[in-house]
Amino acid sequence: MMNVFHLLLANPAARLVLWLLLMFAFIGFNALILVWVERKVAGYVQLRPGPLHVGPQGLLQPLADAVKLMGKQLVTPAAGDKLLFWAAPLLAFAPVTVCFLPMPFDARFNPLPMNLGLVLILAFSGLGVVSLCLAGWGSNSKFSLLGAARAVAQSVAYEVPLLLSVMAVAICAGSLDLYAIAGHQGAWPWQWYAMKNPLAFFIFLVCAVAETNRAPFDLPEAESELTAGFHTEYSGMGFGIFFLAEYANMVIVAGVAAALFLGGWQGPFFSGVWWFLLKIYAILVFIIWMRWTFPRVRFDQLLNISWKWLTPLALLDLALVVVVVGHLGA
Amino acid sequence: MPIFDPITMRGDLSSARFEPGPTEGKMVLNMGPQHPSTHGVLRIMLELDGEYILRAEPVLGYVHRMHEWIAEQKTYMQFIPNMGRVDYLHAMAWNWAYTGALERLAGIEVPERAEYIRVAVTELNRIGSHLLWWGAYLLDLGAFTPVMYSFDDREQSLDILQAVTGSRLTYSYFTIGGVFDDVPADFSKRCLEFVKRMRSRLPMYRDLVTDNAILRGRCEGIGELSVDVARRYGATGPVLRGSGVASDVRKSEPYGVYDRFEFRIPTYTEGDAMCRYRVRVDELETSCDIIEQAVSNLPEGPIAAKVGRSFRPPKGEACLAVEGARGKILVHVRSDGGPKPYRVKLRAPGFSNMSLFCELARGTLLSDAVSILGSLDLVIPEIDR
Repeated sequence: MMNVFHLLLANPAARLVLWLLLMFAFIGFNALILVWVERKVAGYVQLRPGPLHVGPQGLLQPLADAVKLMGKQLVTPAAGDKLLFWAAPLLAFAPVTVCFLPMPFDARFNPLPMNLGLVLILAFSGLGVVSLCLAGWGSNSKFSLLGAARAVAQSVAYEVPLLLSVMAVAICAGSLDLYAIAGHQGAWPWQWYAMKNPLAFFIFLVCAVAETNRAPFDLPEAESELTAGFHTEYSGMGFGIFFLAEYANMVIVAGVAAALFLGGWQGPFFSGVWWFLLKIYAILVFIIWMRWTFPRVRFDQLLNISWKWLTPLALLDLALVVVVVGHLGA
Repeated sequence: MPIFDPITMRGDLSSARFEPGPTEGKMVLNMGPQHPSTHGVLRIMLELDGEYILRAEPVLGYVHRMHEWIAEQKTYMQFIPNMGRVDYLHAMAWNWAYTGALERLAGIEVPERAEYIRVAVTELNRIGSHLLWWGAYLLDLGAFTPVMYSFDDREQSLDILQAVTGSRLTYSYFTIGGVFDDVPADFSKRCLEFVKRMRSRLPMYRDLVTDNAILRGRCEGIGELSVDVARRYGATGPVLRGSGVASDVRKSEPYGVYDRFEFRIPTYTEGDAMCRYRVRVDELETSCDIIEQAVSNLPEGPIAAKVGRSFRPPKGEACLAVEGARGKILVHVRSDGGPKPYRVKLRAPGFSNMSLFCELARGTLLSDAVSILGSLDLVIPEIDR
């Protein structure tokens, strides 16, 4: 039995499948916890207790919500395009799972060594916008269409500074492998790229919030303007999968931020996977805190922030990094 | 305009009437009556080019309850509860406008104590109304948290009003010649505590919300309203004061005992959404000032003039203008000497303010339109009546 298992693990394809399944479970579990954290943090920000009654401290509330969503009828708009309409949520979720594959949880544990992990994440997270586009078009609803148009413009605008800021770090570390980049930093905060290159960290964080469509940049689903934006017409698990993908995306950007800028699994003591998870959740709580504090920006302001501020700043930062690394070495 | 043909018509009459305008590449968007930021059941037909608004047209009538007609079917006294339901957020002002018009018609003298109580409860109610607007407006702009804080404050004012009137929203506390019931013994104390609390909260709101860069970006320079346009549409209240006109019925044609109080009229000159915002936030302070003055020398005495069981004002007509949270409320009553009014006309400030929306929204982005709509502070049941 043990031998069969080892044999399986020796086969790269089997390892990929196994790792994908594991990541699938990780996403689902994280989404449940994140929903709870989000609602609790929102509660504390808003002077109310948040979920309280389902399970201890309302811990089972997200599970109850998920069951409720699964029990709901799936409605397709009569005039909508059925195929595109249902392809969209699946397309939103599928790339997200792949993005978790190169995540550097721990140095001692690298099931799928790849030297282009960062590129893989960026490429697959870029696919998400296609699903929003399809959802907006397939719904045949004006609000959805406006939301999709916003999503596309926003995602294009923020991918540029995001890539530039990531590139600055990759040049510093001299690698595109997340394990290598994380390992390149030390255990202490002043050895992290967030300290060495705070501008890139700041740009990355802002872009990450925009890329995941979170407030104050949640324009594609701005509920006071577009009712619910691109997912106006979705009900039940159609909406549920978009929701799951959004939370999974949040975990991805937080994970990438933790790996690129905060030293990954390394901490001042007891380095290990818990440090990685702790850093991810610290960033997530920060993102959640922002959401419940700020009003939403307007669309032209959003694009201005990207094209007029973040992109030039990111270019400047990249140029500085290139000069410094070229002269002093990494 | 196409001929009304129910078989070939797409949508309803309003959308059929709106259809002919758009040409290639334009989109007609039906915002409301069920939409998160139209607060209640306002429906707005929009013609969009991308996200830019070319034309906006409000459609009314979804909560029309025929208040004016009901007035003709009921005795004068029986109609008072309806006044709490015209504008449910500032019910006291409507109470006052109606009973005040009747008092003017019948020449009834309101006792001193009742006048002071009226001022105190109306201003408390105004604070509640402005706080609700503040929270709801920020919800429109995508900030979810301020509404919780403002509701917390509003709750305190509701508690005081509940102890006085017995209800929390649709008050019918005023009666012809005074108020229905005396205030509880600790009314003054609670009011002063509330004022103190309110004043301690306002600096926090300024730091957390009013000075926020994103909020300013969403409000400053948005929906600029010139005095001329405001006058043409008959805008009143904070909307007009935000355009720089210091017009307030409490000062310009004082009713009750408002001429005995010291308070300023906040005005701002730019006329944009931020100015209207600032006027309302400042009015929270001025209302606190008025409440403080009213309850700190609350005179003793009767709370209502003697009015017979069957109130029959003499033949004639009278009207009274009152400063509501949304602007100038005016009730015009005509009597034929019988037990029921011959005609009651209600002038809702929200109607004129809402009409401004078509003018202000033209050429703006959809997000700006939401900001403008919120800054006008509309209560749809008041507009529909």
